[in-house]
Amino acid sequence: MHKLWSKILGFSSALFLLIPGMALAAGGGPVAPMVIVADTRKLSGIMAWWANLYNESHLYFTILTVVLIPVIGVIFGVVADIVMTHIGIDLKSRELAEH
Amino acid sequence: MDWLYILMPIAGVKIFWPGLIILGIGVGVIGGFFGMGGAWMVTPGLNILGFPMAFAIGTDIAHMAGKSLISTMRHGKFGNVDYKLGLIMLVGTVIGFEIGAQMIMWLERIGSVELVVRWLYILLLMLITYMVFGDVLKRRKKEKEAAAAGKELDKLATGLEWHKTFHKIKIPPMIHLEVAGIYCSAWLPIMVSFLTGWLAGILGIGGGLIRMPSLIYIVGCPTHVAVGTDLFEVMISGLYGAATYTYKGRTELVAAVIMLIGAAIGAQIGTVATKYIKGYGIRIAFGCAVIGCAISVALKLIPTYFPQSKAFCDVAATFFVLAVVSALSLYIMVKMIQGAKQEVAQKRKKAAAIAS
Repeated sequence: MHKLWSKILGFSSALFLLIPGMALAAGGGPVAPMVIVADTRKLSGIMAWWANLYNESHLYFTILTVVLIPVIGVIFGVVADIVMTHIGIDLKSRELAEH
Repeated sequence: MDWLYILMPIAGVKIFWPGLIILGIGVGVIGGFFGMGGAWMVTPGLNILGFPMAFAIGTDIAHMAGKSLISTMRHGKFGNVDYKLGLIMLVGTVIGFEIGAQMIMWLERIGSVELVVRWLYILLLMLITYMVFGDVLKRRKKEKEAAAAGKELDKLATGLEWHKTFHKIKIPPMIHLEVAGIYCSAWLPIMVSFLTGWLAGILGIGGGLIRMPSLIYIVGCPTHVAVGTDLFEVMISGLYGAATYTYKGRTELVAAVIMLIGAAIGAQIGTVATKYIKGYGIRIAFGCAVIGCAISVALKLIPTYFPQSKAFCDVAATFFVLAVVSALSLYIMVKMIQGAKQEVAQKRKKAAAIAS
């Protein structure tokens, strides 16, 4: 059983790495051509840095985006948790046991 | 009022940022409650805020990954996520999605497939609606019959029981899914995820809308576990989708982060609401969401037969989707507030009783 799990996990990881063509084109429809160079002339501070990073390397930009999304998600999730707990809602158990 | 607009660094368009937060809250509530990404709701919303379509899709997927993570964390704590089932299904979903996406590209080379895809989508949504409401009616009938016999219907009883037939298939390896409370052949979730992934690939959608009812009616998951497990899958596929779209220069992270502020609140509301609403309440509301989605797709089909109605139908479809999002999130929010109020009042009562 342990071997089966290792195989399943290994196979799914390999698929993710080896199929660059897969993209969740949610909603479908025609797509516009990609932006090769972002216009940084009207930007300043962190926004300019972000656009420059995009212009310099799409790969680094992608890696940073994929890392930032879950990190920001976790931070916002934890903050929302704190607020909800402060209100007095039990966030650790659910009593309803219905299909 | 210039401060209400923010210049997007990559797309180069000025966007009304409070609109992004409101949209985030709406889809966060619905996504956390139903266990789906909700691309069919977000993409037109982002488009109406001024995003070009290419950025609307990529930004939606990026925000969807973050939002699903928040909801999965919460559902995980409630014990609603079957990680084993989610990981098994991931294999089938990826293979099925890729085959579906390749198939649609092959069909596109032969001729226009957009019309066929839209009709297929509508048929599928009609089937899901039939399943959901057929199940609800059948369960009500069982409840009435039990009441007539002077008995009470088992809490775990369902209307449609297709999953029981599928569980009779004993092709090894057999697996025990503890959280979902299912013992079945491993091929059942793999085949279901393959088919739902394949359909998602053909239709160009994330797949939560199809996977959630499939988990309930074919795999036999309790509603809450189906919602949580589906979100776990949406989270992983969303991250992958975000990576591919970002690499193609179609993601606006700034907008996704602003939406996440709203989605973090919304996802918590939607997820916590599942605490107070019974499994069948979720199913009925889900059925309404599916009808809303079907009507919006039908509105997009009308111009194919009546080209002069295109402008009207496009606007009507967008506003209809936004109206459905608003109505459903309002319903979920009200239920959540009512439930939370009751819970807090009960806790206070208990505390007062102990103190006296």
